[in-house]
Amino acid sequence: MEGIIFYLLAIMIMVFSILSVTTRRILRAAVYLLFVLLSTAALYLILNYTFLAVVQLTVYAGGIIVLIVFSILLTSHINDRLELGTLTRRITAGLISLVGFIMSFWVIATADLSPKGEVESPYDIHAIGISLMNYGDHGFVLAFELISVLLLAAMIGSIVIAKKR
Amino acid sequence: MLTTIPIEHFSFIALFMFFVGLYGFFTRTNLITMLMSIELILNAVNIHFVAFNKILHPEFLQGHIFSLFVIAVAAAEAAVAIAIIINVYRKLKDIEVKDVSTMKY
Repeated sequence: MEGIIFYLLAIMIMVFSILSVTTRRILRAAVYLLFVLLSTAALYLILNYTFLAVVQLTVYAGGIIVLIVFSILLTSHINDRLELGTLTRRITAGLISLVGFIMSFWVIATADLSPKGEVESPYDIHAIGISLMNYGDHGFVLAFELISVLLLAAMIGSIVIAKKR
Repeated sequence: MLTTIPIEHFSFIALFMFFVGLYGFFTRTNLITMLMSIELILNAVNIHFVAFNKILHPEFLQGHIFSLFVIAVAAAEAAVAIAIIINVYRKLKDIEVKDVSTMKY
C-alpha cells in the first residue's frame, strides 16, 4: 500500500516539477510549485517524519508560496505570457541537465548503500527538541543559533530593502 | 514497511527534481520564476537528506535537523529575494533578467 502511494507521489512530483518550469503562465507555475511541495510533504509523512512534514506545509506551502503569489500579483499582469528562451538555450540547458542527472544517478546507483533495516528511529518531537538544544554529542545548538541570527538578519534586510525611501 | 522501497527510487525523484530546477534556472528569464526554480532545487536536497537519514542511518537525526535548517535558509532567501525583486520592479517597472544591469556600469 505504501508502495503504491509512494509511486503515485513520485509521478506527481515529477510531472508537476516539469510543468512548473515549462508553463508560460507565471501564476500557474506558482500553483504547480505548490503541488510539488505538497507532494513532498506527503512523502515525508509516509516516511514517518511528521514534524518535518508539518514544517514543510507551514513554511513552504503556507509561507513561501503565499509570498511568491503576492509578489507575482504585485509585479506582473495576469495575461502576460512568459518567454521560454531561445531554442538553442533550451536544448543546451536540457542537455546539461540530462548529463548531470545521468552522472549523479550513476554515482548513486553504483555506490554501496546498504540499508540498515528496521531500527528504532527517534523521530518524535521530543527527541528533535532535545537534539536541537543539546550541546553534547548529536547536538545542534550552534547551527540552531546561527539560523536564528540568519533569520533575524534576513528579516531586517528585507524590510530595509523593500521599504520606500 | 518502507524498507521495501529501495533508496535509489528516492534518489531518482530527488535528482530529477534537482535537475528540472536547474533546467528552469537556465531557461527562465523572469526573476520570480528563477526563484521558484531555486526552491525546487532546495526541496530536492531536502528529499535526499531525509531519504538517506531514514534508510541508511535511522538511529540518528542529522538529516531531519538539517532539512529543518535548509527550510529556514530557503525561507530567509525567499524573503530577501522578493524584497529585492519588488525594489527592482519599483525602479525598472519590469522584472526580466536582461533589464537588471543598472548597477553594472
